[in-house]
Amino acid sequence: MELTCRDIGTVRVLSVEGRIDHSRAADFQQALAPYLNDCSAQGQALVLDFGAVDYVSSIGLRALMLAAKQVKAQNGQIAIAALSPVVSEVFQISRFNLVFTIYDSVDAAAAELAK
Amino acid sequence: MKIRFWGTRGSIPVSLTTADIRVKLIEAVQGARDRRLDHRADIEAYIDGLGFDIAGTYGGHSSCVQIEAGGDEFVVLDMGSGARPFGQSMIERFGPGKPQTYHVFMSHLHWDHIMGFPFFTPIYIPGNRIVVHSCHENVEYAFRRQQREPSFPVDFEQLGADIRFDVLQPDTPYSIAGLTVRAKLQRHAGDSYGWRFEHEGKSVIYSTDSEHRLEDEAECAAFAQFFANADAVIFDAMYSLADAISVKADWGHSSNIVGVELCQMARARRLVMFHHEPAYDDGRIEQVLGETRRFEEITRDGHAVEVLSAWDGLELTL
Ligand SMILES: [Zn+2]
Ligand SMILES: [Zn+2]
Repeated sequence: MELTCRDIGTVRVLSVEGRIDHSRAADFQQALAPYLNDCSAQGQALVLDFGAVDYVSSIGLRALMLAAKQVKAQNGQIAIAALSPVVSEVFQISRFNLVFTIYDSVDAAAAELAK
Repeated sequence: MKIRFWGTRGSIPVSLTTADIRVKLIEAVQGARDRRLDHRADIEAYIDGLGFDIAGTYGGHSSCVQIEAGGDEFVVLDMGSGARPFGQSMIERFGPGKPQTYHVFMSHLHWDHIMGFPFFTPIYIPGNRIVVHSCHENVEYAFRRQQREPSFPVDFEQLGADIRFDVLQPDTPYSIAGLTVRAKLQRHAGDSYGWRFEHEGKSVIYSTDSEHRLEDEAECAAFAQFFANADAVIFDAMYSLADAISVKADWGHSSNIVGVELCQMARARRLVMFHHEPAYDDGRIEQVLGETRRFEEITRDGHAVEVLSAWDGLELTL
């Protein structure tokens, strides 16, 4: 899975695409790994741009949980932005809205995390 | 095949409190303010139109589920505190004069699944026959120990019924009480077993106290196969997914999300959420039910799964 990376000021934005389901969760995890290592107190805050994500299954959510745990242990900052209505519902039903800070837009997330 | 739920709560029995009832009353009276409720029939119609979380309750007994498949012998899954009202209904129906046979299938031996046994009145009546089927070698020890001093005043030796223990092997089909029965090992402290019951083309799965990890592909495929085409899957949906894989990982329970995904993979017809979190009130369980139905809807891929939430007293005809 390819993640598109760009920086907004000091914040790194990773754009994710498509479904993060049983067949693609491992790829997603692998693609995310190097960026997570940089997401520490000294490194860059990370915003996951989910604008083009259609669906996240429980396995995909598990990958996100592991990411959140790693970043927390490194005292880094991670947030998710621009959820589609369906993915937003999945986050609410699974209570992942309590695991991540969710922003309506990438710009709003970047502005907050740059503080 | 008929399923009757006598106890549906997880981990420890709970009861409605005065505060809970007050919330229901306020809600009900508020909704009635602009209505004409002159006759009893109007009142009943109004109450019937209220949500289950207002007009009813999910109940608080721990795990106990009965399967009726038309035979003379009774089949019951787990002996949680729901076994007390179940036993009571049997006594009311048969009195002490007509001996019966009860087949008990155990998921595991944690307290919330055995605590109803000393209060299951049929065990005191001579002539009754009780067979406890389990895949745990130490099943007899667990049942005897809880009746021993200083935990209970009536020792196991004093029980009047003929009580036998039958240790079964998982992954092996048995024919018991007219049902085809098979057990499967599940992930839970001290192990637990899921059960598949089949009768005349209908099937029900009892999978409680099980932490399903779908990231383990082999395990996921094995459970999808065990659940395959079931008419009902009674499923431990105690936690939210976020809790189940973080703060409550390794606590041995699953979520509504994983329940829906497994039933979709298995092409099961119904998901019956079970082993409710004792900290949840009726409103919260009702909310989770609504959310789970919505989740099933937005993830549906051709095959629909009917989502239910079990309550003490629910009867389900398959
Ligand atoms: Zn339990
Ligand atoms: Zn247990």
